[in-house]
Amino acid sequence: MSEPKLPVSAFPALRFSFDRSLIIAFTCIILMLFGGALYSREFLSPEYLLQQLQISAFLGIIASGVMMVILIGHIDLSIPWTVTLGAMMATAFAGWYGDTGNLLAIPVGIFCGAMVGLLNGIGVAYLRLPSMIFTLGMNAVVQGLMVLHTGGFAPQDHATDAMHFLAVGRPMFGIPNALLIWVVVGAFTTFLLTHTAFGRRVYAVGNREAAAYLSGVNTNAVIIWCFVLSGAAAAFAGVLLAGYSTKAYQAMGDPYLLPAIAAVVLGGTNILGGRGNYLGTIAGVILITLLQSILAVMQMPEAGRQIIYGIVILAMLLAYGRGEINRK
Amino acid sequence: MNDLRHRIHHNGGLLAAIGLFIVMFIIYISNHPVGLTVAVATTASNKAVLLALVAMAQTLPVLTRGLDLSVGMVFILANCLASVIVIGTIGEGLLGITVVLGAGALAGFINGAIIVWGRLQPIITTLATGAMYYGIALYIRPGPGGDVQSDIADLATGQLFGVVPTTLVVLLVIVLIVWLPYRNSVPGRAALAVGSNEQAAYMSGVPVQRAKLLAYTLAGLLAAAGGLMLTFNTYSGEASAPIAGTYTLNSIAAVVIGGTSLFGGWGSAIGSIFGAFVLRTIEDLLFVFDLDPLWQPLFQGVVLLAAVSLGALRVLRIRNRLELFT
Repeated sequence: MSEPKLPVSAFPALRFSFDRSLIIAFTCIILMLFGGALYSREFLSPEYLLQQLQISAFLGIIASGVMMVILIGHIDLSIPWTVTLGAMMATAFAGWYGDTGNLLAIPVGIFCGAMVGLLNGIGVAYLRLPSMIFTLGMNAVVQGLMVLHTGGFAPQDHATDAMHFLAVGRPMFGIPNALLIWVVVGAFTTFLLTHTAFGRRVYAVGNREAAAYLSGVNTNAVIIWCFVLSGAAAAFAGVLLAGYSTKAYQAMGDPYLLPAIAAVVLGGTNILGGRGNYLGTIAGVILITLLQSILAVMQMPEAGRQIIYGIVILAMLLAYGRGEINRK
Repeated sequence: MNDLRHRIHHNGGLLAAIGLFIVMFIIYISNHPVGLTVAVATTASNKAVLLALVAMAQTLPVLTRGLDLSVGMVFILANCLASVIVIGTIGEGLLGITVVLGAGALAGFINGAIIVWGRLQPIITTLATGAMYYGIALYIRPGPGGDVQSDIADLATGQLFGVVPTTLVVLLVIVLIVWLPYRNSVPGRAALAVGSNEQAAYMSGVPVQRAKLLAYTLAGLLAAAGGLMLTFNTYSGEASAPIAGTYTLNSIAAVVIGGTSLFGGWGSAIGSIFGAFVLRTIEDLLFVFDLDPLWQPLFQGVVLLAAVSLGALRVLRIRNRLELFT
């Protein structure tokens, strides 16, 4: 009896290189860079590219978490206020506890985000509520908590030195720290997805949860862990964003929800779950950041930016994210 | 007798929402410093009808097992558009109203077209089109302001015969000329069939595509009607993303409170209207009981989360664990 030949696992890199969505995404990135270069030579300078990568790192970290959730066929709409929560709790904790607070500020911020993710996961896994609706409700609850927190206790809102250093420092060969952190987060996510049993379970649940359950996978645990990772990643990005802009403020996470989901989906991850790889997400994140940057350089007003966003996302999805025809 | 019991069972969610609303409204009125006067009722109705219309809009896609995350944005878009074109004489105002409603229906049709012919997921589609509609609203009205034809606005937010709030009449008329005919039409019943089981509906020759297209188009139309009423209330337009987001979330909660299943195929827009009334009355109750304003966003968030969690009651009715995964 011959072994069934699976195209998976042997040379994942090779398989990825033939991914249609990945080719389209990377082609778009190159086209945009050259298009930008026609507009201004600055677009191809190493300094500009490094700066873009530094900015895309924040989106990249958020997208890493969002991708985990999308891979299991769910969606996390609580990203905006989880980002804000991470930033606000980290800065507030540093203010409350002095030196210890400074030391623990970043872990505390991430922990708070993970707790939001835990609640999301419990709601989706055990209450079996549609994730888009439960996480939208969670977003409102966290927003309420943060309004109460900032209004009632007047906490410290400026970032600690460590947060500032992680977000904007460039100690090694001029490579931004934020970019290095994204590399670490990305490597961790890739390892998790491709080299662990947990990663296999994530894809299994995303493809067909009932089948995964009948094969003995604790599907509820997988769902909860994915949401915890998403919450933690969003809060971590919030902490870094607070360091980047030196303070935490209301609604600082609002501009990140749509770009994060768009980056993951443009990178070829199936919105219904079960298919997608991290290389695609990287491409999606860089694509979105470049698009934002070019629109900013062209001094496009907010209205035009929103419209172009929507059109680009829909156009790319229509190019390769379509469902199957209903003919069976 | 059996028929009656069947009907009560079938409309349990709707009856519960109506009961909840009546109880809460009585508590609200009995604690209100003025009591039930025509002015108090008109103010309450003017505010509640906005959410009621957006909730009705949300119901239609939800019945087909979809979701429209752009209803709040269409609502805001209609508000901004109305503050620009519903001006001048009464005739011009009426023409403007037609254009606003048409624009809403067009926005809904675009959603439906992308979902049906583009074969994209409703959530991601409406998230993206929502951004576009918000961009257009911002383009029409970069800063808050504008005006509205005051005769029409005064009529729409006043009382008929000095007692009945006009907004309630408008809502009733919309139910009579939009929801009831839709519910009894072929595409309306097809929408419920699609929500229950799209494959089976397709195999039975149900017009799946037409049902979905019409559901999203009518959703856009109803959301625009809500935006129009908002303009009549405020006499101005504002492209505010937070307001749009709040209305989208509240509309989903109202749909759930009104007894419509988030998994499609079950429910009615009339339930959603009462769901919206319940949510609105909760906000008014916070006001009469003088809750600290700092606590209000948290309280409202928890109420919304609790409301959507009502959908979890389904888990208790399930006999086979595998049904959980559908």
